[in-house]
Amino acid sequence: MKRAFVAFVCGLVFGAGLIISQMSNPAKVIGFLDITGNWDPSLALVMGSAVAVFAVLYRLALRQGTPMLASRFTLPEKDRPDAPLMVGALIFGVGWGLGGFCPGPAIVSAAFGEPRVWAFVAAMVAAMLVYRTVLRRTHD
Amino acid sequence: MTFVNFTPWSALIGGALIGLAAAGVWWLLGRLAGVSGILGAAMNSRGEELAWRAAFLAGLFIAGLAAVVLLPDRVHFDLQAGYGKVLLAGVLVGLGTQLGSGCTSGHGVCGVSRLSLRSVAATLVFMAAGMVTVFFWVQR
Repeated sequence: MKRAFVAFVCGLVFGAGLIISQMSNPAKVIGFLDITGNWDPSLALVMGSAVAVFAVLYRLALRQGTPMLASRFTLPEKDRPDAPLMVGALIFGVGWGLGGFCPGPAIVSAAFGEPRVWAFVAAMVAAMLVYRTVLRRTHD
Repeated sequence: MTFVNFTPWSALIGGALIGLAAAGVWWLLGRLAGVSGILGAAMNSRGEELAWRAAFLAGLFIAGLAAVVLLPDRVHFDLQAGYGKVLLAGVLVGLGTQLGSGCTSGHGVCGVSRLSLRSVAATLVFMAAGMVTVFFWVQR
């Protein structure tokens, strides 16, 4: 219960960050990806700022040995790039450029009331479900 | 090249909040705050493991709802893509993030901060793919 509450508050702050930085604005995302046109570099600062804050706190937390509300820090098992990673990132990048949405901002802006965002989220969730139930066994 | 709509301060502040929220998830719960990972794993988890993931995702959505209800004039949202494009984008983002084990938050923020070779590689690939996609297929 305490863990869920912490996660909820972190989700709120994460969402606020996405809205303030305009990561939740597809036009802003496409403006960032449009390097040969009227380039808007703002989102590079969003990522830079988020990385700067997280990189420091990540290491400080690791020094404590264990998380405050869990028994251990959980990290991904794989550490080398492989084909699924690269192909997946490529497919994700095309989808990101096409709509201007990545998963977090899509969930945040689903609350803005535009039905096309709901369509995006529905398609994204459906694809994830299909992948996790049907295609998963092909590589892990 | 010209800079258009550059918003450095809101980008830095929003990014810092994203980094702070991710650090909260890490320090308190011992997990990496990758939105596609949390959403995907929520589909295969139950009990406590489902609860914190669902709570985080709810936090994202409620942040969007609070912003659009309380400060409607301050929320920037401009989506040009029609239904066909957003549906295709949703499928690609859902599939790509599961196959590639992450998105802008998991790889781009958390992974890059940890200097994970996999995440740095994935981030370079999805950024490049997004830029190429905007160049060829997105009307600006």
